[in-house]
Amino acid sequence: MKRRTREQLAARVAADINEGNYVNLGIGLPTLVANYLPKDREIFLHSENGLLGMGPAPAPGDEDPDLINASKQPVTLLTGGCYFHHGDSFTMMRGGHLDICVLGAFQVSVTGDLANWHTGGADAIPAVGGAMDLAVGAKRVFVMMEHQTKTGESKIVERCTYPLTGIGCVARVYTDLAVIDVGRDGMVVREMVEGLTFEELQRLTAAPLTHCVN
Amino acid sequence: MIDKVVHSLAMAVDDVRDGATVMIGGFGGAGMPSELIDALIAQGARDLTIVNNNAGNGEAGLAALLKARRVKKIICSFPRQTDSQVFDGLYRAGELELELVPQGNLAARIQAAGSGLGAVYTPTGFGTLLAEGKETRRIDGRDYVLEFPIHADFALIKAHRADRWGNLVYRKTARNFGPIMAAAARCTVAQVDEVVPLGELDPEAIVTPGIFVQRVVPIGGQRSPRNGAATQGHAR
Repeated sequence: MKRRTREQLAARVAADINEGNYVNLGIGLPTLVANYLPKDREIFLHSENGLLGMGPAPAPGDEDPDLINASKQPVTLLTGGCYFHHGDSFTMMRGGHLDICVLGAFQVSVTGDLANWHTGGADAIPAVGGAMDLAVGAKRVFVMMEHQTKTGESKIVERCTYPLTGIGCVARVYTDLAVIDVGRDGMVVREMVEGLTFEELQRLTAAPLTHCVN
Repeated sequence: MIDKVVHSLAMAVDDVRDGATVMIGGFGGAGMPSELIDALIAQGARDLTIVNNNAGNGEAGLAALLKARRVKKIICSFPRQTDSQVFDGLYRAGELELELVPQGNLAARIQAAGSGLGAVYTPTGFGTLLAEGKETRRIDGRDYVLEFPIHADFALIKAHRADRWGNLVYRKTARNFGPIMAAAARCTVAQVDEVVPLGELDPEAIVTPGIFVQRVVPIGGQRSPRNGAATQGHAR
């Protein structure tokens, strides 16, 4: 089978973002999605630090320390974009105004629980940022992650063992192996990479899957 | 004549007492009032409780305040970063208390304080470690956590322009926590790039009305209310 690269995974997520969607891309892997948004669609990128209509990184030399994204990297503002304070920004996030947020994850459970902020390790310094607000607030939460950990364990689980970010919040999971919807019927596989059988995917996944490729 | 402009950084933070709760604006470096923080370090107040989104980056600004051992407790959403070594060291050594708050709850609690609310029910964090032991309530089929306001003695924020009544406008994403912290503190001190004559800020575009601001300190080029000419370049 051919696993999706990080770039191919980002392109796959980007293909599901529609004209007019208001979208927040979480820090880490999801920020790659911005590079693959279809050029013929007007899509509004939101950044939690008070920015709607976020554009790409500036040309070298044009960086402005007052214009950054949630990862604190320099960005630009598209024509028509705007700035706002943190109260308004989290009203957008928590209040159900964002169509989609894309988050990374340590684990996703079969019921859509998300764990992505803390390993729970005794010496780990926790940091949560806006992850919990996005998890409860966006209309649809997409998770984008590798299917397995570096040591080969499934990141899709019956029950998360890492501390939770949100309960039952994940709508869809994009991995390097498959696209899986999460809903009342449990986890439904919509797409698999070339050369992968459903049986093999199930063997690599620590939660029951249903096969329903359109 | 009301003039909230204070021309000395030292005077602007002179009455911060030991044990005070101080909100500090900024998201990373954007909007961080570095000059006011330096003045607070020089002033010497200790055992402070600091409210900020982060816990300092690099060695300057908030990180320098932590390094000077003036902070007892920090309330923030995202302390751990690649350059948060000062915080990391103090936290691991048990010398700094951390209250970790989801970012939207931090904003909501600051806004609750500023708008006089007794508490807010928020869905964020329900069922997680950060809501353990907190009161919850189901409203219309959805679960919420009761979170209490965060009031402050002082808010130190950074804005772009001000007038002598304390009306403020900001610059780009440096706005972040400034407007909501301004309303939540008993005394809000804004460092600004420029003070402009009354009437020069477009009333339709003033972001923070002067009622929320007690002191304004020009840091960069300050325009004299009389001749309106810029005398200095911006300090950046």
